[in-house]
Amino acid sequence: MTEMTLIEGLRQGMDEELERDARVFIVGEDVGPRGGVFRATQGLYEKYGEDRVVDSPLAELSIVGIGIGTALYGMRPICEIQFADFIYPAFNQIVSEAARMCYRSGGEWTVPMVIRAPYGGGIGGGLYHSQSIEAFFTHVPGLKVVVPSTPYDAKGLLKSAVRDPNPVIYLEPKKGYRLIRGEVPEDEEVLVPIGPARLSREGTDLSVFAYGMMHHYCLEAAERVSQEGIDTELVDLRTLKPVDRETVLASVAKTGKALIVHEDNLTGGYGAEIAAILAEEAFADLDAPVRRLAGPDVPAMPYSHPLQDWFMPDADRIADAIRELAAY
Amino acid sequence: MEAQEDLQVDLSTESLLEMYWLIVLSRRLDERTWVLHRQGKIAFHISGIGHEAAQVGAALALRRGQDWVVPYYRDLALMLALGFTPKEFMLGVMGKKGEPSSGARQMPSHWSLKRMNVVSHSSPVATQAPHASGIGFAIKMRGDDVVVLTSIGEGSTSQGEWYEAVNWAAVHQLPVVFMVENNLYAISVRQERQMAVEHVADKAAGLGLPGVTVDGLDALAVHQVMTEAVDRARSGGGPTVVETMVQRMTPHSSDDDDRSYRTREELEALKAQDPLDLHRDKLLAAGILTEEAEREVQARAKREVDEAVAFATEAPYPDISEASYPVYAEDRRDD
Amino acid sequence: MTTEVIMPKLGESVVEGTVTKWLRHQDDRIEEFEPLVEINTDKVDTEVPSPATGTILKLFVAEGETVNAGTLLAVIGEPGEEVPEAPPAHDEPDTPPAGDRDGEVQTMAAEASAPAVPKVGGEDLGFISPVVARIATEHNVDLSQVSGTGSGGRITKKDVLTYVEGRQTAAPWEEPASGELFRPTEEIFGKKPSAAAEPAARAGTVLPLDAVRTQIAEHMVRSKRTSAHVTTLMEADLGRVISHRKAHKESFGREGVNLTFTAYFVAAAVEALKEVPIVNSSWSEEGIVLHKAANIGVAVSLGEAGLIVPVLKNAEQLSLLAVAKTLNDLAERARGHKLVPDEVQGGTFTITNHGVSGSLFATPIINQPQCAILGVGVLQKRPVVIEGMSPSGEPEDSLAIRPMVYLTLTFDHRIIDGAIGDHFLGIVVQRLQSWT
Repeated sequence: MTEMTLIEGLRQGMDEELERDARVFIVGEDVGPRGGVFRATQGLYEKYGEDRVVDSPLAELSIVGIGIGTALYGMRPICEIQFADFIYPAFNQIVSEAARMCYRSGGEWTVPMVIRAPYGGGIGGGLYHSQSIEAFFTHVPGLKVVVPSTPYDAKGLLKSAVRDPNPVIYLEPKKGYRLIRGEVPEDEEVLVPIGPARLSREGTDLSVFAYGMMHHYCLEAAERVSQEGIDTELVDLRTLKPVDRETVLASVAKTGKALIVHEDNLTGGYGAEIAAILAEEAFADLDAPVRRLAGPDVPAMPYSHPLQDWFMPDADRIADAIRELAAY
Repeated sequence: MEAQEDLQVDLSTESLLEMYWLIVLSRRLDERTWVLHRQGKIAFHISGIGHEAAQVGAALALRRGQDWVVPYYRDLALMLALGFTPKEFMLGVMGKKGEPSSGARQMPSHWSLKRMNVVSHSSPVATQAPHASGIGFAIKMRGDDVVVLTSIGEGSTSQGEWYEAVNWAAVHQLPVVFMVENNLYAISVRQERQMAVEHVADKAAGLGLPGVTVDGLDALAVHQVMTEAVDRARSGGGPTVVETMVQRMTPHSSDDDDRSYRTREELEALKAQDPLDLHRDKLLAAGILTEEAEREVQARAKREVDEAVAFATEAPYPDISEASYPVYAEDRRDD
Repeated sequence: MTTEVIMPKLGESVVEGTVTKWLRHQDDRIEEFEPLVEINTDKVDTEVPSPATGTILKLFVAEGETVNAGTLLAVIGEPGEEVPEAPPAHDEPDTPPAGDRDGEVQTMAAEASAPAVPKVGGEDLGFISPVVARIATEHNVDLSQVSGTGSGGRITKKDVLTYVEGRQTAAPWEEPASGELFRPTEEIFGKKPSAAAEPAARAGTVLPLDAVRTQIAEHMVRSKRTSAHVTTLMEADLGRVISHRKAHKESFGREGVNLTFTAYFVAAAVEALKEVPIVNSSWSEEGIVLHKAANIGVAVSLGEAGLIVPVLKNAEQLSLLAVAKTLNDLAERARGHKLVPDEVQGGTFTITNHGVSGSLFATPIINQPQCAILGVGVLQKRPVVIEGMSPSGEPEDSLAIRPMVYLTLTFDHRIIDGAIGDHFLGIVVQRLQSWT
């Protein structure tokens, strides 16, 4: 086992897939000699050359559009969007083209591609370097959406995404790039299947569902309230689409209470989908109203430090929400 | 343009006659589809009447089945040239089971034909252009002997997607030919409201690649220009913008009424230079097409169209269950 | 003529009580108002005085047994008089004792005879969540028999599961086979099976959980789960309080009042509450409820029997003398188990004097639904730096031995911000240090 950071896990995953399959290549802004603005692709240009690690023009639409074309021709592109906030010019290509290609051609054409995007706040990124974008894409049939929260999952989900025959949105909690460390085995293939959630903490009093950076805050909050006698179960959803219904339902069947935490805006956020699943399929298991703790409904995260803190859910707020729900 | 006057082109008699056959077949199919719409038998038709010569001229410049094509919705004649059959087209028009482009999921004329390397496209315009460049990029990465042709209307070249796609191809010198079928109208809006340049081909200069404008009513002229562009692409010379000046002799689609934005006189003037007539007269004058052969072509076209309509009318609709898949690649079925 | 002694309903929300000790035995003579039995409920431990003069003809409930309010405990009469034979708790008594036989008691008594019938309508059980309703249906649970520990006394999933488990282990015979051959003896003899079954054998010694211990545990854990506990610590120099007490102890004594230090802490706290009324409040879903009256609970240790917190009502209207006097009375009756339920309810703020057992400072648990508790440590002489100034204006500090006490305010951070908590405690310190 080697301890590494989340971004190292991601990089190792890309490295191994580039090594394994000649069809795999990386395309994005500054991914080449610069190694990406977050250094996610550091060293890969030197190792695989400019044909496999391609600096694109400064145009997100075509990063994805070109990627789709190469995928149609049989390549396995890994498209990097420098910040999730910049993905909207490519929205049409992702949602209207990549996601619908298989269906609209009756299965004749498929788009095996990975679209990576660092997302989320807490890094002083202001409105346009902090956004959470998952809900836009979890709505879209034809896409898969994954969010790793550990180095292991960062590596394993990346490798699975590259091998998946569909377009996969791979969202990277950028605050955790170097903050989150974890063990990753050295001598074995690390593949985390797309689909299953991860039960990261067993408990009996209530279930908390989270992903990405929020998962770590939830874990911290769960440990804190455990000293007060509250036994929290925590599920790292990690694949948002397709959602792991069974794990969600099984957890709530056990605890009777559910809290969903994300930093994306509350309204229409991913938590609404989990809440809806629970309302529809777990009504008779519920011992309390399903609760959501999410970013407020303002357009995005402000830059100024206290304003940013106001926006971001943190362990304190999560612990309070847990206590409130536990006491219900 | 002198070359076409005496048919001094690098095309066999068979190719010249095939071009004519494809133009006629496309025209008759197109006309019949308008009739079906006006009879209330189908929901929608988008027409390529007036574009046929440019499309077949381009198609015959390709190695069909080897080169890749990323078309748009007016390309009926192009698709027929690539082996799409009248029956397949009519299945699509009527939304019947087994339609090859989309399993009757998409509207008619939203092409895809994997067996001929024709990639599926959607309705929002210019979305296909980046795919063409991406395919070109992959071809270059792999070193394959393949060229990509992508087509588009002149109005759609206003889209950022077209510029980004052409820019990519130019930056990386990709084997892509960007064909623009300029009929001067984007539904109702004339070219002057789309761009300040006189020709779409002029845009190429700003992106660093050659741009050529050619008479799109002349299949032979298009074929010649397109052959040069394809050869350049194939030999590593990079992409070209080829603007073919065509004419839209119908409203935009079956749902459009063009009387509000163009005069009947203008339309009558278009009929005076119908590309079908121009090509036929040229072949007749050169003695390549006889009157008898012309009658045979017309009779065969009518027969194939009649058969296609009858076939599609009899064909079943898709099973309702087909609407639910394949959302993901793993949902694909053999049926 | 016989007189029935029933389990009183001690307080509005109390539905049952435990007989902790019979003070007289069967066939003993007893005078009216003489203590007959000690009982313990959710809210209070108390002695029940005899309702009549006579001979105790029969005791119906054994020590340690918990029965519903309204249950017949004993019959007093003259020797030879007939004693009711039927299980009295399960019947409608012919002569309902005045005052205690309200509608709720009747309902409870009637239900006791049919515990397995699922509850439909009737009394307000609070919000029943979907899962609680489902479990109740699946296990045929009468939810009125389940005590709720959730928000506002709501029955939680855990509550109903605990009830189901308890019912299954305590009385599997409650669900007999359909045949008539083997009928439960309880059904034949009419005695309700005791809830106080043998505890399961475990390694080591198991101290059975008596009612007081169970309630304390439940209250403590609930408070910790409910409030965001934060503690702030200050110290106070009690020199002036000691002087004042020394000067007034005798005059108070002439009024029959023992002037304790606690009285000073109560008085200081009340003044601080007047200045910082947010500390005299409770959390509710609708908002923070500010209480008009300062009702000060003062924790009184009962030794091994636990702890009780009598309440000094409307303390804001009381002089130091009145505070001291009321405190004397409450403490004395608390130790004698003679408090009435109302005297332990309605507190808005609590003081705990843990210093009596030598504790320097502590972080006590808030007494719900209050939002703060003042902890008073042991009074100790300690060296203190006194900041002074020389006649020429130079700083000149000196070391002094002062009677010091640590004071803690543990408060609910949901309601009270840190600065406000400190402000409040500062006022208490200031008041004590400047006592005149």
